[in-house]
Amino acid sequence: MLLKNAQMVGKSGTGDIRIESGVIAALGKLSPKTGEETVDCTGLWALPGLIDMHVHLREPGFERKEDVESGARAAVKGGFTQICCMPNTKPVVDNKVVVSYLVNRAKEVGLCKVHPIGAITAGQDGETLAAIGGMKAAGAVALSEDGKSVVNSHLMANAMLYASDFGLKCLCHCEDAALVDGGVVHEGYYSTLTGLKGSIRAAEDIMIAREICLAESLGLPVHICHVSTFSGVQLIREAKARGVQVTAETCPHYFTLTDAAIGTFDTNAKVNPPLREEKDRLAIIEGLRDGTLDVIASDHAPHHADDKNVEFNYAAFGISGLETSFALSYTVLVKSGILTLAQLAEKMSANPAHILDLRGGEIAVGAPADLTVVNLDEKWTVDPAAFVSKGKNTPFAGMEVYGKVKYTVVDGQIKYEEK
Amino acid sequence: MLKEKDILGLYPLSKEEIEEILETGLEMKRALRAGEKSLGTLKNKTVVTLFYENSTRTRCSFELAAKYLGAHVVDLGVATSSVQKGETLVDTGKTLDAMRADYMVIRHSAGGAPRLLAKTVQAHVINAGDGMNEHPSQALLDMLTMKEKFRSFRGLKVAILGDIRHSRVAKSNLYGLKKLGAEVTMFAPATLLPTGLADMGATVCASREEAVKDADVVMGLRIQLERQKAGNFPSLGEYAKYYGANEELLRHAKPGALIMHPGPVNRGVELTSALIDGESSRIEDQVLSGVAVRMAMLSLLA
Repeated sequence: MLLKNAQMVGKSGTGDIRIESGVIAALGKLSPKTGEETVDCTGLWALPGLIDMHVHLREPGFERKEDVESGARAAVKGGFTQICCMPNTKPVVDNKVVVSYLVNRAKEVGLCKVHPIGAITAGQDGETLAAIGGMKAAGAVALSEDGKSVVNSHLMANAMLYASDFGLKCLCHCEDAALVDGGVVHEGYYSTLTGLKGSIRAAEDIMIAREICLAESLGLPVHICHVSTFSGVQLIREAKARGVQVTAETCPHYFTLTDAAIGTFDTNAKVNPPLREEKDRLAIIEGLRDGTLDVIASDHAPHHADDKNVEFNYAAFGISGLETSFALSYTVLVKSGILTLAQLAEKMSANPAHILDLRGGEIAVGAPADLTVVNLDEKWTVDPAAFVSKGKNTPFAGMEVYGKVKYTVVDGQIKYEEK
Repeated sequence: MLKEKDILGLYPLSKEEIEEILETGLEMKRALRAGEKSLGTLKNKTVVTLFYENSTRTRCSFELAAKYLGAHVVDLGVATSSVQKGETLVDTGKTLDAMRADYMVIRHSAGGAPRLLAKTVQAHVINAGDGMNEHPSQALLDMLTMKEKFRSFRGLKVAILGDIRHSRVAKSNLYGLKKLGAEVTMFAPATLLPTGLADMGATVCASREEAVKDADVVMGLRIQLERQKAGNFPSLGEYAKYYGANEELLRHAKPGALIMHPGPVNRGVELTSALIDGESSRIEDQVLSGVAVRMAMLSLLA
């Protein structure tokens, strides 16, 4: 297959990409061989295949919300060639059997690459380690207790040490549950206005600080999930400056929205950690700009409409993000001139690949032919009814964004083509 | 006439709407004092009360208000209904709508629940208190009580003392009083003071003396014992000593300042018995204002 006339980051003018046997075989000005399939990419950009390292596929156990197939379909529509799925399913991904199940399901579905993330503790109960070695052997690429922190610091230290024997990192959801104390939004003007119970930044920051302290003491790497506070960004910035092996991600909603979105009790804006204030939003953007925040992940958290059409307190946390992640990131960060397209590609492809030791993140001869082809100038309106994810829960409905995925190519095969 | 089909709070109501409710409330109160209990305004109308959170006082007040206006009143009895079988609020609302309920009066521990119900049903929804969000009928009855004495709210100074953080009453009063031109001062232990009050127009004070200085009205808020257990203050005794209102504190207020409380009151905690039973106390009068203002709310939505 030959992709013709694509623009690529770091290259002037347009170029062609030849794909053979799932691998990029040649780059440059190329003429089609006899019988070679050609895709005209005039006016389009070819980006290294996007990677979302923080996704909830809900399978097994919550297939009403999402399953591997619908989630993978949403992923390729959103331009993602690889996704990593979080272990808070039912049963929890805490052993090789569930990891193998997911690996096999992803193969059956055959859309994007799906990499399971294993739980840190068995059953996510925070008491004993999950079967980390077995999960690694079955294909787990990282560990996470996503949805909560491992409360016991001694156990967390052991988890990081033991995981390091298997070359795995812990991806840390940072939340001091006692301090959150049932809070459902950020504590500030809008929590007082709505009377919804708030939680203060320290509830997130304390755990970010603890994970940094553990990583520093043990000399091990750690990755911080979905950073939402200005103070959390600063903790990570300072840790990086003194050489701690910490990496971090944020999500499009944290640099696009503030807690004003919950002022009307919109349950689609209920997310954990909560949307915060403008100073946080600006600090997240600055963190992305100066490299403190390495990765943009969607924290794709699909829910059934019934899970959101209830009292705010009872509504599920989360945003269905796979199909809006790239366009929001491009619109808010690149179109506004804060990041270059090359920097965005790093945060949505090369950096997650590097952090999780995945193949991908570059357009180079010999690399897997994972490519995301987009029209950056195309404006479109977010319409949840058009989502292919089962989760239509988004606070971005009606928002105009730029950047439309045209083709998603995984291992040399077109897995999504915009109709 | 009110603009919306529902009364969800004082935040969404305009100054004119609040004034209209209070004017109508004054008429209702006069009628009640004259022994008038069979107005026909809501004849052939059905009012359903849904109290997801217990409250004998407010439910009884709404029920009487509706009955005095001639409505049929049914209490859903949430504790013994299909809600216990796991029915969602949305489904309960649709069911009551199908039964042709004209009004739904809802109290709920979750903030925003009345708004969700209002969005779902065709009936008029009246918020009888939702979580820590709003308690519009309480604030309106407080304001009606003040209006009777002071006529105008312009320049009036109202001091609110107590558990502001968990109080929907304080917030509804703040919204309503500010819209009508009053000044609202607040004082609470730092643990019971939410952020952002100043941005909403309250004057947050550093001491209770400062809060009640030259006040026309001193309002105490109920302290729930569970707040002490949750570590917000060491004991009710210490609360009363450092944060409660007593005769000495009242010397800082204007002479004859009204003493108010949404009830039920913890005697000797929020307010001393001398204040509760004193000449300036309007705590019992607030109860009559409650029925009157709820009659006004129901009839203005008719």
